[in-house]
Amino acid sequence: MHTVNSRGFMRRSGMSAIVAAIALATIDARALRPDSPAADHEQQKDVVELTITTTGAQTRYAVPDFVAINADAAAEGKTLAQVLYDDLAFEREFYLIPRDTSASIGALRPGAAFPFTAWQELGADGVVAGTVQRTGDSLHIDVRLYDVRRQQAVFSAGYDGPARSVRQIAHTISDAILLQQAKLRGVARTKLAFISDRDRERLDGTFEKRDVKHVYIVDYDGFNPRRITVNRYLNLNPSWSPDGRTLAYTAYSPTGADIVLSRIYEGLPLQRPAKGLGNNYLPVFSPDGTRIAFMSTRDGQAEIYVMNVDGSNLRRLTNHPQDDVTPTWSPSGAQVAFTSTRSGRPLIYVMNAADGSDVRLITPDESEADRPTWSPAPYNEIAFTARTGNWYDIKVYDVATGRIRLITHGEGSNESPAFSPTGRHLAFTSTRTGTSQIFTIGRDGNGIKQITREGNNQTVAWSSN
Amino acid sequence: MLNVIRIVTVVLLVGFTVSCAKRPPATTPPPPTTAAPPVTEAAPPAPPPAPTPTTTVVEDRTVVPVVPDEGVSNRPLEELNKLLKPAFFQLNSAELDDAGRAVVTSNADLMRKNQTWAITIEGHADERGTAEYNLALGERRALAVKTYLVSLGVAADRLRTVSYGKEFPFDPGHNESAWSKNRRAHFQITSK
Repeated sequence: MHTVNSRGFMRRSGMSAIVAAIALATIDARALRPDSPAADHEQQKDVVELTITTTGAQTRYAVPDFVAINADAAAEGKTLAQVLYDDLAFEREFYLIPRDTSASIGALRPGAAFPFTAWQELGADGVVAGTVQRTGDSLHIDVRLYDVRRQQAVFSAGYDGPARSVRQIAHTISDAILLQQAKLRGVARTKLAFISDRDRERLDGTFEKRDVKHVYIVDYDGFNPRRITVNRYLNLNPSWSPDGRTLAYTAYSPTGADIVLSRIYEGLPLQRPAKGLGNNYLPVFSPDGTRIAFMSTRDGQAEIYVMNVDGSNLRRLTNHPQDDVTPTWSPSGAQVAFTSTRSGRPLIYVMNAADGSDVRLITPDESEADRPTWSPAPYNEIAFTARTGNWYDIKVYDVATGRIRLITHGEGSNESPAFSPTGRHLAFTSTRTGTSQIFTIGRDGNGIKQITREGNNQTVAWSSN
Repeated sequence: MLNVIRIVTVVLLVGFTVSCAKRPPATTPPPPTTAAPPVTEAAPPAPPPAPTPTTTVVEDRTVVPVVPDEGVSNRPLEELNKLLKPAFFQLNSAELDDAGRAVVTSNADLMRKNQTWAITIEGHADERGTAEYNLALGERRALAVKTYLVSLGVAADRLRTVSYGKEFPFDPGHNESAWSKNRRAHFQITSK
């Protein structure tokens, strides 16, 4: 029973992974006995539903190095454990015992019983133990999550994939454990898109010194950067389609700005659905992926428009002599939030997506607010950039209560928030290191993490898968 | 394997030929922008420092449309773009003040004398506004300049606008001296 998942490597059920299962069994024969686990969480009917027991507020996890079945898999064994550790730590659902602390237990040895007592003494409730075997460029990985108190495996899965995908495999394991143990969708396999001047290319044909800015994508943890754009000019504000296969962004030429759609995994020609009069900026896909909201100056000043992804059914949503900028969709697609200067300064408004009716100001007390980003369900929040003194911080508006909370607190200038697909994290631009970089942070303002370091990076979007 | 070696050899030879042919003699003026001589297969021997060839100048005159105007039409775009001065704005404002109107008026004179120019007016903002709102502010600045140019008799269909928000500061500094240079409408001649 082999399945190829969307990331291109194979998973298989625990029972079919005989060779590696035997390797694990010699580490702990007791663990193999009762369960016949299925690797795919989509097929969890076969899985014995088990959640790790804990006495504390947070379950305490340890992730020791995966055991290399053969010597040339040692590096992968370390990488798998470290990436998995970082992924689980990122979600902040469990307490992660530092890896140098858990290293005192020593490597699991074939033939030895699983050292439950030692782990219990270290305070671990759960231990993720894995083996990795390398055959040429292919990896086979078996993973168990042990409940230390009950001394049994509560999660067991096998994974096959190319060695170059070792981080993706670890991300997949993390999401599977998080789903089983916390009933939560993880973001370990998602990606961030943003713009960067890291290539240090200069624009041709102008006497001013101008840096080319490209669209880049990276894994959610900043690894595996890939450049998406080839035009040596300015590109801004990427937005992911809900299926994660298309990026829309603002692409410049010497004579204007237009919205470009790039099917990033297929190499198809770029599409320009808004091409026409005026300049077109700031595209955002609707939650169902069928429409794009954007800002355009085709009617003489900045207004909000909606079109189908192929450019048909164009509708103008705003009609005001002041500027209307940077739209974002509500989770149902029924409403659009946007920035407008209609009250004399940029503030955030909400309107109906069908016809632009029922316009409502939601940030009357801000001195300046911009770049609203609506969270996915079940949260119903709008993150935005807010002026706080001379510079900017990220704030979040709770649609149900109208309450606003601060996410950043004046560390540099912080702008352009984007929600993770689960709504539990935000990504944004910050100048706190002296250059412009992408950071992620929990929706409660804790757990800040720097994602980019090379060049200047800005206007991030978080993929939904 | 043999094929690979052949290809590599050919690539190396071609690369060598091109790089030889491309290297300009030290004293030759920049080549004409339009009609560069085709690169031939055999690399000519590196010429000794030669007196300035007159052929280049002749070619240059023949390819440029005859629009006599103080000699400016013959200059490359990058040169010409220095003739059109930027207009500066107050903080968070898209209104042309007296100094701004004087600059745009003088640019309008040049545009009327060079009727073939197509011009893009770029609106720029300083870094103190937010990235997204600054795109609208830049558009507003560019459109204000366009409106004024049209009122001075420059045909609207020669003028395009675009906003670069705060993405292309003229001065990368973080003080008022830099910001005042970055709040601007910049003029680009996109064809002559």
